[in-house]
Amino acid sequence: MSTVTAETRVAADQHPIAPYLRMDRMPHIWCPTCGIGTVVKCYATALEETGVDLDKATIVSGIGCTGRAAGYMKLDAFHSTHGRAIPFATGLKLGRPELMVTVFSGDGDLCGIGGNHFIHAARRNMDLLVILVNNFIYGMTGGQNAPTTPLTARSSTMPYGNFEQPFNLPHLAASCGAPYVARWTSLHIRRLTMSFKEAIQRKGFRFIEVIAPCSTLYARLNKLGTGFNLMQFYHDNAEIRHGADTRELDIDFQNKLICGKFVDRDRPTFLDMMRNHYTKVLGDKYVPMPPEGGMIHEPQ
Amino acid sequence: MKTDPAGVLTGAHYLDGDFACGEGAMAAGCRFVAGYPITPSTEVVERMARRFPFMGGTFIQMEDELASMAAVVGASWTGSKSMTVTSGPGFSLMMENIGLAAMMETPCVVVNVQRGGPSTGLPTMTGQADMMQARWGSHGDYEIIAMSPQSPQEAFDLTIDAFNLSEIYRVPVMFMMDECVGHMTEKVVIPPAEQIEVVPRRLTKKPPGEYWPYQLNGNCVPEFARAGDGYRFHTTGLTHDERGYPDMSVACQEICVRRLLDKINKNADQIVRFDEEQTDGADVVVVSYGITARVARMGIDLARAKGVKVGVLRLIVVWPFPEKRIRELAGKVKAFVVPEINYGQMVLEVERCAGGKAATIPVSHGGGSVHDPQDICEAILRAAK
Repeated sequence: MSTVTAETRVAADQHPIAPYLRMDRMPHIWCPTCGIGTVVKCYATALEETGVDLDKATIVSGIGCTGRAAGYMKLDAFHSTHGRAIPFATGLKLGRPELMVTVFSGDGDLCGIGGNHFIHAARRNMDLLVILVNNFIYGMTGGQNAPTTPLTARSSTMPYGNFEQPFNLPHLAASCGAPYVARWTSLHIRRLTMSFKEAIQRKGFRFIEVIAPCSTLYARLNKLGTGFNLMQFYHDNAEIRHGADTRELDIDFQNKLICGKFVDRDRPTFLDMMRNHYTKVLGDKYVPMPPEGGMIHEPQ
Repeated sequence: MKTDPAGVLTGAHYLDGDFACGEGAMAAGCRFVAGYPITPSTEVVERMARRFPFMGGTFIQMEDELASMAAVVGASWTGSKSMTVTSGPGFSLMMENIGLAAMMETPCVVVNVQRGGPSTGLPTMTGQADMMQARWGSHGDYEIIAMSPQSPQEAFDLTIDAFNLSEIYRVPVMFMMDECVGHMTEKVVIPPAEQIEVVPRRLTKKPPGEYWPYQLNGNCVPEFARAGDGYRFHTTGLTHDERGYPDMSVACQEICVRRLLDKINKNADQIVRFDEEQTDGADVVVVSYGITARVARMGIDLARAKGVKVGVLRLIVVWPFPEKRIRELAGKVKAFVVPEINYGQMVLEVERCAGGKAATIPVSHGGGSVHDPQDICEAILRAAK
């Protein structure tokens, strides 16, 4: 272990991503060594480096540890209900089609309670960037079993080890039609940021899973050490395999983590499909919702 | 302001209540509907799905009612007037995000074409047993507005009012139809667009940086900023301060939730709406709503033919309840008779407001059909004794 000899701190407002955060809400609620903050940093960097119009960028979270991410981003931000970030975001996108809508939430939120919405949004190819931070556990409520908990891993509700088969999330997304599917860990800062940048510039249901450490619960319940040990584990066990067959991306307890970009294909989005179809069948009579939304204004 | 003529099907039509409700929504400027099929409500969205492509509206059939209500709340934050439509079982599923709409103060309309319950109950037959759920269905304390039409014409007219009230008070408005009104076909007159007044979203005029989403500005209802206009606001279903930031303190809970109640309760006199007829000098007043108000007419006529002085109070806005008027009448009449297609819901409110000064007689019906007017007549005769 190295020893920190002198503490150097950057003033909060001078942090490079401070303009993208609600600094008036700091400090955040995440535990020391939690991986979520790193993912937020990568996302903010991607926003900066892609130069997207932040006034039109909105972010939606559900509930849980990662569900707090929207609340810290200085965008139009919605902290919605548990599992419903995707349908809430669907309403935002369809209500004002020019918006860039990101869903930023956790594994339990998006694929446990929100699983049905996840598969249907992927099927429709709803124009959403979905960032799912997977820490293998329900953190906010105290370490209960998640639909991502690896077999044999312990959780507070599987005290003798998990015996339920977890989801292979990239495969789930890909098989439902997602046009962009990637997985990284919170150690892969550069690659994750690049993936976010790439996905921001694409359309449709873009799904990025980020494996992140929960040292307070997942690591403690499974005697995996500290956050540092988990990052070391990612370093030693993550294998980048772009274009891998998504059927082979299951995550076993403390085993290899296949990362990379698995799917990158063009597929018309829900809005493309709707507009093209109505134009074809209704011709000039079709009036699409304007990009700025369906809000009616005083006649000029 | 005047509505967008694109959504207004001006003329005299022969429509059922479901279609009329859909036409009312489009005339009110509704341009986003998310729904999930459920009898006997689906015709509302079928109508809108057919007509929306010609007026810049978007309908999406979601995977369930949880998603439908969540999408409606999301869409409303873009400023698009938004609605969902369902019946009892779907209404139960929507409660989660109706609570979110109440907490985030999101204008929207939730149509419930009621059928018999509980659970799957009577899918194609009438009921009025969701009246308490409309008010209390989601967890925690909040207030909503609920309305009940008695005819297809009212389904049209009141749907416009429902949207307007939802905008004024930034609340979800529950549009409590019943299967009979939903499936009853009658003449519906739709006026020209220039005669339809709609309330626009009350957008803030403050510049970004000076605006907080729950800061009051001369009104107990905060001004609105829609997503995508550069305000970079934050909103949450958590107890929040005027910045929209979570604040888990007792003091903030008191301010946040108290205002959700006050903005409706303190304006109840402006919101409450009912029809009253021959209540002066009446011995008995029949309190009813929706289809039951029309069925009760025959029972009232039968009782009047036997010499009983019967007045009528028909609830149009059901929540908030016309508490003051019931209290006044309680000092003058012998009894209230309250027929409704449930085992006693709104009658509890009548009884509470009557405060023991007048008898309160329920005329219950489990659902599946309307009352036999004779039963209502007999209740009136009993009450008059």
